[in-house]
This record gives sequence, C-alpha cells and structure tokens, in this order.
Amino acid sequence: MNDNPPSDIEFCNVVKRYGEVSAVNGLNFAVRRGSFHSFLGGSGCGKTTTLRMIAGFEQPSSGEVLLAGKNVAGVPAFERPVNMVFQHYALFPHLTVAQNIAYGLRYRNPRPDKKTQLRMADEALEMVRLSGFGQRKPSELSGGQQQRVALARALVNKPTVLLLDEPLAALDRKLRKEMQSELLRLQREVGITFVLVTHDQEEALSMSDSISVMHNGSIIQTATPEQLYEAPASRYVADFIGESNLFNGTVRQLQGNSVVLRTEQGLELESPLTPTGKTLSADAPGCIAVRPELISIAGANADMLREVKLPGRVEDRIYLGNCTEYRVRTQAFGVICVRVPRQQDHPANAFEHGAAVSVGWDHANGLAMAL
Amino acid sequence: MNAAAHPQSVQPGTALSVGARQRRSLGRRMTLLMLLPSTLWFLLLLLMPLLIILVYSFGERSAVGGYAAGFTLDNYLNLGSRAAAFSNTLILAPLGTLVCLVAAYPLAYFLALKVSKNRSLLLTLVIVPFWTSFLIRTYAWIFLLSGKGIPALLASFGLEDVRLINTPWAVLIGIVYGYLPLMVFPIYVSLEKLDKRLLEASADLGASAFESFRRITLPLSAPGVITGVMLVFILLMGEFLIPAILGGGKVFFLGNALVDLFLQSRNWPFGSALAMTLVAMMLVIIGVYLKLVARYGGRPVDSGV
Repeated sequence: MNDNPPSDIEFCNVVKRYGEVSAVNGLNFAVRRGSFHSFLGGSGCGKTTTLRMIAGFEQPSSGEVLLAGKNVAGVPAFERPVNMVFQHYALFPHLTVAQNIAYGLRYRNPRPDKKTQLRMADEALEMVRLSGFGQRKPSELSGGQQQRVALARALVNKPTVLLLDEPLAALDRKLRKEMQSELLRLQREVGITFVLVTHDQEEALSMSDSISVMHNGSIIQTATPEQLYEAPASRYVADFIGESNLFNGTVRQLQGNSVVLRTEQGLELESPLTPTGKTLSADAPGCIAVRPELISIAGANADMLREVKLPGRVEDRIYLGNCTEYRVRTQAFGVICVRVPRQQDHPANAFEHGAAVSVGWDHANGLAMAL
Repeated sequence: MNAAAHPQSVQPGTALSVGARQRRSLGRRMTLLMLLPSTLWFLLLLLMPLLIILVYSFGERSAVGGYAAGFTLDNYLNLGSRAAAFSNTLILAPLGTLVCLVAAYPLAYFLALKVSKNRSLLLTLVIVPFWTSFLIRTYAWIFLLSGKGIPALLASFGLEDVRLINTPWAVLIGIVYGYLPLMVFPIYVSLEKLDKRLLEASADLGASAFESFRRITLPLSAPGVITGVMLVFILLMGEFLIPAILGGGKVFFLGNALVDLFLQSRNWPFGSALAMTLVAMMLVIIGVYLKLVARYGGRPVDSGV
C-alpha cells in the first residue's frame, strides 16, 4: 500500500456483521498521519462501529485493521495505542479530575512514578485550560468542562490516534463552536491523528482535513471538505452535504466533460461532470445538482443573463439572518431552493410570498453525477 | 436502622402570591399528615419499648418471675455468665456476613453484567426460596446436614466421620443459605446501575479486565456492598431461628439467650440488660464500620452516581 505519506490507520475490506445484519460492508480507507479525519453520516450508517473497531471494542468479522502499519487483529482495547473521547465523556464519577486524567498513566511503559503522573495530569489540565480543577469531582463540572477533562484524560497518554465519538453533541451551539476551535488548536499543538465521528456536517466540514461520508455501512466518498461540497461524487453526497436542487434524468449526450440530461419532466439540462465519482454513460440514469446559493432570483420582468431561466412563484420565504432562502415553485421542476446573501445594496428579502419571479443559473453551476 | 423518614422540603419561593402561599401551607400540612403514621410507629413501637427495656434492665427479678421495680447494676455485671452467646454471635454474625458477601458478589456480578436474556427469570430464582416458610426451609437443612445428608455424601468420597449438624458449621451454612438473597440484591442493583461505558473507557486507557474491576467496578458497587453488609449483619446479630434449629442448643446466639431469659427462666431484668447490650454493641459496630467506609472512599448511602 502507499507508504508516502505514512498512514496511522488503514482499513482493508473490513466487514462487521452482527448475526445476519452487517453494520459495516467492506471498508477501505487510510488516514494520513497527523491529520484530522471525520466519519460523517446519519445514525446507523456504521460510523460508530468503525470507530469502535479502531479502538478495539469490536473485532471485524473479516478484513484487516492496521494501526501505525501494524495489523491489530486480536489486540484488545487496552493494548492499543489509541485513546477515545466518549460521547458522554464516561468520566469516572468516584475519582477526582486529576485522578481521572492520571488513570491511564500507570499502564504506560515505562510507568511514570506518582510524582510524574501528577505533574503530567497538571500539564494536561493546563493544556485544556482547566488549571486548578484537579481536586474536583466530575459531577462538579459543567458539560463543557467535563468535555475538556475527557480530552485531557485521553491526550495525556500521548496516543498514536485520538478517537472522538460525537464529542460535542451534548453541548449547546455556542460552546460547541468554542470546543471546535479548541480541538483544532489541540490537534495542531500535539500533532497526533484525530478521528472524529459525527452526524453534524457543519462540524465535520469546519474541522477536518478529510471526511468520509458513510451510508448504510459503506463509505460513499472520502475527500477534503471543499471537494465534498464542490464536487460531490454522488447524488447522496450532494444531498447530504449542504443542500442541493437535484434534477434526475437520463443521460442523452456526453461530450468530453459536458453532460446533457433529459430530466423526468422532459426538459434538457446541461452541466459539467463532477470531477470525482463514476463517469456517466449514455442512457444511464444520472442527476444534476445545483447549489441554492448559485441560483439567481429576479423579478419576473427583469433581465437575467443566465443560461437556464425558469419562471415561477415564491412559495416560501425563510429569513436566515445572513441570507434569505426562497422556495420557488416552477412549472418545469417543482420547488427550487434559492439562497440570496444579505447585501447592502440589495435587500435579500425583496420578494414577497406569491410574487412572480424568475430563477436562473449557468450550465457551469451544475454538476452531473451518478444517482 | 434509623427508620425516620425525610420530609420533602418545601423550597422557599421568592415572591409568592396569596394563593401560592395558601397552597404551600396546605402542602406542608399534607406532608405532616402523611408523616404522622410513621412518626407514631416510630415513637410507640420503637422508642417506647426501648425505653421500657432500658428501665427494666436496672430492675430486679420478682419472686414469680418478670419484673420488680428497683435499681441495680447486677444485671449488667452478670453478663459474663452469657459469654458463650456473646462470642458465638460476635464470631458467627460477622463471619456469616463475610461469607454471604463473598458468595453473593460473583452471583450479583454475573446477573448484572453477564446475563442479558433470562435475567428476570434468574432474578426470580434467587428469591424463589422465599416462597416457602423460612422455618420449613431451615428444618430441611436438619436433614441435609445430619448423618444421612451431606456427611453421607462426603463419606462416599472417603471423607468419613464428618459431623455438621449441631456445630457452628451448620449454623454458618444455614446463615449463608438464608441471608444470601439479601446480600445479592443490593449488590445487583448497584452493579446494574454501573455505566458500562466506564469499563470501556477504562480499557481504552490501558487497564486490563482485572484492573478495571479493581479500580472501577468494585468502588462503584461499594454502596450496594455496604447496604448488603449492613442488612445481613444487623439481622444476624439478632438471629434466633437458625442457631436454635441447626445448632441444636449447643451453638447459642444472643437471640437464643434472650428467648431463654424472657420465656423460660422469666428473668426479665437480666434479659433486658442483655438486649440493651446487644443494641449498644450493634450501634458501636455499625458506627465504626461506617466511619471506616467513609475513610476509604465509599459512600454509605446508595446515592445515584
């Protein structure tokens, strides 16, 4: 396999079955050393199972899991060089914060003496900005503070890989934002590989170097956040990451990079093929995705210099603060979602409910992809 | 042992309307009313008898038996004559508790952490013995422990001349048999409440299964262990039936001495002195036990984690 750059985690055809049900189907991926990788997907997509196989809580039914280049088949959790931050922190309630953090230190080889253990726990507390909290019990801390203790408890062991299982799910939005940048800072500081499992795409997009989108036990696409958003490999990803207007149809024409699709409504749409994912073939089903923020909206009579132009009526107007979302019903394609950013010279909420408008985009704004 | 109930405290509001204040005082009266039966119970059936026994213990035996007023310390000075009952109780009650604990913990652990399918069935099996009278079950042990029972079985393996019935061993076996469920349940409850993710976290941090048990499972099940130990120990200190039946009049507990003094020799003052001494001993032992528990980090009450 490719040794350059080295990967800390590698999965080769990993399958995990529980009885008849398979939680994970033939996973193949590698996580580059020192990177921040996320597994993103809805509940039941197999992302947590994947993480638990890295941690050693689950053994794959078949396939190989490699940690730092070594096959870890049969290696129990307590002998793996990984540490986990659990979803509900799983702090030991009967121990103080300092004892929680020092918990794993005595199992290190060579084992640091008591004094060194305490010093390391103190340093870890300082790193997560909780100096002076060592003597408290976990129950005396707020959710965000407990989260930091869980982080310190894992990082103090200097693992090869830090696993994060939906670590921010229990925090409120503001605190979550704060912890996100905290996590990024820590990752840069300690330089070890972070693997995050989340269902929150915003979280995954804002923190990761690379993301694997999972669905039904398989990885649909592994890419950088930019690629995922700007060049989704399939309809599922285009729909799951952010929002897309999706037009299904059959491929009529393929010319180099350009795809012409006859939609279910009998209209022809043209757009470039997505740079990732499968190529399309003529007469195969496919779809074209257009992001709401790439679509323009104008009054029915206004000039609009876009290659695709459709008349419609505003059905819903949703004010989102930094932008306004219009749901415009068109005759050709049903409801089309348009997002208009707030700008000084242009009131974003210019169109009332029921107003006659036209929406439009250029061929280049769409992406054609497999279903 | 202290059966006093804790009243729900009414939180003082900041600014209460007249209606709210009325509701609150009504609520308080309701609380007091609901506490009345247990308060009466506590006063009439626990404190009063205890006071009576305290008074009796300084009195004298009347000529026909029973109690005659007086003040003497003779009853207490005479306690030495029952030294055998004291030593039997003070050895077998703690020992029985300990054996119960050692036997109950693995069972409770198994039920709480290893069984998933038939758990309620197995839990029911633990209490099935309670469906028959304790007396009858203890009588059954007479047969099991006498010549034709377990000793005969042991003899067939070559262990001749094992005598069990009417020995301290018989009493110990009876105690463990009778009180095991009382130890199993509190421990089971505390183990069942244990967050299994803590064990995963422990393994994740490098602790082996044994280390996780020692550092996580055991301390977190301490409330159940403490409750179970207290429950069994307190009951054993006053045990009467098992030594009477399986000890055959040779292994005497304080409970048996009390029955003897009150019912046979009708020496109520001496019996009262013995009873008061038993209560005092129990208070001291439990006090010391709870102190030790508190010092070594356990929590005496089964508070939710």
